[in-house]
Amino acid sequence: MKLRHLFAYLAFFLALPASVLGGVLPDDRGDMLYHRYEGGGVTIDGPSVLVRKKAGKSLSFVGNYYLDMVSSASIDVITTASPYTEEREQWSLGMDYLRGNTTMSMNYVSSVESDFDASTYAFSVSEDMFGDLTTLTLSYAYGEDIVGRSDDPTFRRENTRQHYGVGLTQILTRNLITTLNFETVTDEGFLNNPYRSVRYLDPGSARGFSFEPELYPETRTSNAVGLRARYFLPYRAAIEGEYRFYTDTWEIQGHTASLTYVHPWGPFSFEGKFRYHDQTGAAFFRDIFSRSEATNFRARDKELSPLTSYTFRAKVSYEFIDPNRGWGIFKRGSLNFSLDHLFVEYHEFRDITSGPLGEEALYELKANVYQIFVSFWY
Amino acid sequence: MNTKFAKTGQILLALLAFYGLSACSVEPWVKPYERDRLADPIMALDGDPVSTAYIQHVYEAREGARGGEGAAGGGCGCN
Repeated sequence: MKLRHLFAYLAFFLALPASVLGGVLPDDRGDMLYHRYEGGGVTIDGPSVLVRKKAGKSLSFVGNYYLDMVSSASIDVITTASPYTEEREQWSLGMDYLRGNTTMSMNYVSSVESDFDASTYAFSVSEDMFGDLTTLTLSYAYGEDIVGRSDDPTFRRENTRQHYGVGLTQILTRNLITTLNFETVTDEGFLNNPYRSVRYLDPGSARGFSFEPELYPETRTSNAVGLRARYFLPYRAAIEGEYRFYTDTWEIQGHTASLTYVHPWGPFSFEGKFRYHDQTGAAFFRDIFSRSEATNFRARDKELSPLTSYTFRAKVSYEFIDPNRGWGIFKRGSLNFSLDHLFVEYHEFRDITSGPLGEEALYELKANVYQIFVSFWY
Repeated sequence: MNTKFAKTGQILLALLAFYGLSACSVEPWVKPYERDRLADPIMALDGDPVSTAYIQHVYEAREGARGGEGAAGGGCGCN
């Protein structure tokens, strides 16, 4: 019941070019963030530190350190295992090289848990066109994971992952910028969680069911297309809409939409966001199987269940260094706090602690995500 | 579903071909001196990359979908 695969996907994110508009290297900056997730019996917190610095006019280097400290007594853990604590540590190093209107980026990410190691290598190219109104980005990443088990030192499985991305950023008017992203991710190897179990009807058991290990297919390919549009309102505020369509070979299909509003007020900036996500479940997900080994593949991971999630965000930022004046070597500085409230309704995954078999309530998750961070530009 | 994505891919390729062929001939309709609003920090598509990466990480941990949102992303099966 450990954090699985997550860093690898995060690595793809980190690997993408930092500059949305190619032809310009990203600003030199430093960020120090503390994050905390609380919900569903799980607490995860830790720091993230990023430093980015140019070297000459053509090169920019970036490094990131990220730590998750996990304390978990989630619904899965309390029903089939014991609460645990663990850490996940991640390092990444990257470089952007600008030549004319082309930006090339390389990135390496390493993540280590007690029972899960991963490395990701990424490369992308961005090209500015039409007098810098259009930026086309092509990206590729390759990841290798090694999956272990904390209770079995001989257990070792491997995964590989490849990511292909095409992104188009387009300035449409002097007030409107849009992006279109298309992404394909393919996985191959040991994709299920070595700790998680599924349950099946078992008349011989006192509760009427028993557990057996999950078994996933060894391949997965997903496709996602996302469209964002951000508009500058006449009284200096910004509004952004986003939509994503997702589908994969496990037969999960999802729709995600969000609306964000940003309102500056003196040195402060306030942001509100609502995000909605709805998905079907994986073909081999069941809350309870009819018998042991009832199907070729089986899962009871609640994230593979049909579900609907809602996120409400409030964020406030304070510019403590006036960007018009600066302060010493610093051009700008901001202090930021955000709270995201996440509510997930699972449409098939049931809370087996809520009652006897047949009377169990559908599981619901409520979580709060806190972030506090300081950013400097120099 | 594959058909839908095949169509999406064809449209994408057509768009890319259009951009490629017309890149030399199109006059930028938003001049550099008209981009002051787009340069405002409130219009940054990813003004806080560390924060964005983290919250994407949370979404991907709690949902079955991955990629296509924000800059990029992914799914996960963690608890």
